[in-house]
Amino acid sequence: MTAVFEPWNETRGAEIIAEHANQEGATLVILHALQEAFGYVPEAAIPMVAQALNLSRAEVHGVFTFYHDFRHKPAGRHVLKLCRAEACQAAGGDALAARAEAKLGVSLGNTTADDRVTLEPIYCLGLCATAPSAMLDGRLIGRLDQKRLDALIVEAQR
Amino acid sequence: MSLRLFVSRDAGAIAVGADDVALALEQAAAGRGIAVEIVRTGSRGMYWLEPLVEVATPQGRIAFGPVTEADVPSLLDALANNTPHLLRLGATDELPWLKRQTRLTFARCGVIDPRSLDDYRAHGGYKGLERALSLGSDAILNEVTASGLRGRGGAGFPTGIKWKTVTQAKADRKFIVCNADEGDSGTFADRMIIEGDPFLVIEGMTIAGITVGATKGYIYIRSEYPHAVEAMNAAIQAAKRGGYLGDKIGGSTHSFDLEVRVGAGAYVCGEETSLLESLEGRRGIVRAKPPLPAHHGLFGKPTVINNVLSFAAVPFILAEGAKAYADYGMGRSRGTMPIQLAGNIRQGGLFETAFGVTLAELVDDIGGGTFTGRPVRAVQVGGPLGAYFPRSLFDTPFDYEAFAARDGLIGHGGIVVFDDSVDMRRQARFAMEFCAVESCGKCTPCRIGSTRGVETIEKIINGERVSENLALVEDLCNTMKFGSLCALGGFTPYPVLSALKHFREDFAPVPTTLQAAE
Ligand SMILES: Cc1cc2nc3c(=O)[nH]c(=O)nc-3n(C[C@H](O)[C@H](O)[C@H](O)COP(=O)(O)O)c2cc1C
Ligand code: SF4
Ligand code: FES
Ligand code: FES
Repeated sequence: MTAVFEPWNETRGAEIIAEHANQEGATLVILHALQEAFGYVPEAAIPMVAQALNLSRAEVHGVFTFYHDFRHKPAGRHVLKLCRAEACQAAGGDALAARAEAKLGVSLGNTTADDRVTLEPIYCLGLCATAPSAMLDGRLIGRLDQKRLDALIVEAQR
Repeated sequence: MSLRLFVSRDAGAIAVGADDVALALEQAAAGRGIAVEIVRTGSRGMYWLEPLVEVATPQGRIAFGPVTEADVPSLLDALANNTPHLLRLGATDELPWLKRQTRLTFARCGVIDPRSLDDYRAHGGYKGLERALSLGSDAILNEVTASGLRGRGGAGFPTGIKWKTVTQAKADRKFIVCNADEGDSGTFADRMIIEGDPFLVIEGMTIAGITVGATKGYIYIRSEYPHAVEAMNAAIQAAKRGGYLGDKIGGSTHSFDLEVRVGAGAYVCGEETSLLESLEGRRGIVRAKPPLPAHHGLFGKPTVINNVLSFAAVPFILAEGAKAYADYGMGRSRGTMPIQLAGNIRQGGLFETAFGVTLAELVDDIGGGTFTGRPVRAVQVGGPLGAYFPRSLFDTPFDYEAFAARDGLIGHGGIVVFDDSVDMRRQARFAMEFCAVESCGKCTPCRIGSTRGVETIEKIINGERVSENLALVEDLCNTMKFGSLCALGGFTPYPVLSALKHFREDFAPVPTTLQAAE
């Protein structure tokens, strides 16, 4: 299932920020909440977060850039994450990653030209006993093999 | 007749189809007019048998697996008519893989409904807290110290001493923080226990809270674990409703509250001070120590920060007494370790056992070798900062000191198995790459050294001035080892140097004639 995100809207953004702003150490909580709503953390939200938490814009921007999870622009319609950590490497993950790159015509970390699929590396999903592993739009897949991967790619391209 | 079935809701089981199987069971049963109750449990940890379906019988649970959607109709017929089925494994408790274990921490995982506080209590839950409340702080500290429990997050620091330091610190507020960042590849024990027995972690943290005088705790769960986040949030709500979190917990005078915070994809945030920075809403830059978190932790207040498994070991220790725990183990590694078998392995999963079991037993005997059927060539123990061991070191017992003596570490207890197709140059390069990507950036040896390490190993792979570059890698490793503030930069040399030392043949200089021909 594709995640459905709202288009960026300042009022909505302000609401989300206000909802979490009085927790202690709220920056990550707010960035997560924004990304959950809009699919990314819009540039315009950064100064708003800064103001709500009494931080400098640079501080919030610094937090935003430090963490791999936060996006500065929307992902493709589907996000396919392939685990690239050691247990999945040991189970044949390298070849599967190469296959996905070839089939989609993008390298890990990129989105296809038609904006349909974002292909990303992830470092361990905790499914290392049924490696290799993947995640398609939040759905977990273990014991990945060529056949399963090809099916996932077809699904993601729809 | 009504059937009571158990299907795991563990992420590892769901990833191989447990939800589909549960749904198919429900639908097929409805179609046949058979009444079923499907309890969604945690996982028993036998992942090669997932999706595992168990059925309650007067003689105990009987296991079937691995079950696919296609097997469901025949399985239901067999269950309803009490006839044989190809996937029948036998009584779950009698399965050799489970029977060989000593499940102290994972006793309930895979057995109970992780959403049910009643189920938890019916299976011995909250006995540890009850006894803790009757003992008081000093006596709890004595128990935890006497149990010999050492931190299960990697460093193996004695938990009792940490708690005592925080108990003695004077402050208006103190915190309990649970490190559920579990970033090490090959590890999933934290995830399993949070998804399969979350009240156990809550109970352990609550005991820590009443011991040191903290009324608030945080559980920092990595964002890669959405199922664990959901399970823990549900358990916290249930514990609050049941009077086990909030004011006057368990009818006592103590208050304790818990909150889940979600990480954002930074491996270094598993390092305790980086995690505290992250909880405070900042970049996960590692703090210099001292001051220790025990004195100056979250929001500057005295803080107990422990791994999930450390907290999860405590209820048993309190309920059954320190000795019952310390009786297991070897040397200074007391109790049990939930060991995780992963990677290219036939029987992967969670195996909790007393310290002292050897690598050979774990990999060959318990794990059954590789699933590719090829010979095991290497294992990496302890995550991305752990050493690669060859077969010649498989007599090493699982014990903090024994691994350290061989330039390795047990870390969080993950074992990743590789077959003979592994290219150790690539593994060494990956270790450096990972460090370069995940470095918090505070120290030059970690940040720059790892990037140079990647480039240099790349040259070795390409056959450029191999001996010279090998010497350079060793040099870089030494600089990183001694010039890094935390174990990310400091321990990345372990996988690299162990690959060089034990698998030298992979790095052998290509003869010059060949080089010229390329
Ligand atoms: C780079 C790095 C990553 C770490 N990741 C984790 C982790 O994911 N989980 C964990 O419990 N400890 C991790 N640690 C160890 C923690 O710093 C700390 O020792 C631990 O949380 C203390 O708890 P314990 O005494 O119960 O083990 C990591 C350390 C380093 C240097
Ligand atoms: S060793 Fe690396 S990760 Fe650790 S503090 Fe230094 S730069 Fe940060
Ligand atoms: S290494 Fe891929 S899921 Fe753990
Ligand atoms: S700061 Fe000492 S090990 Fe990280």
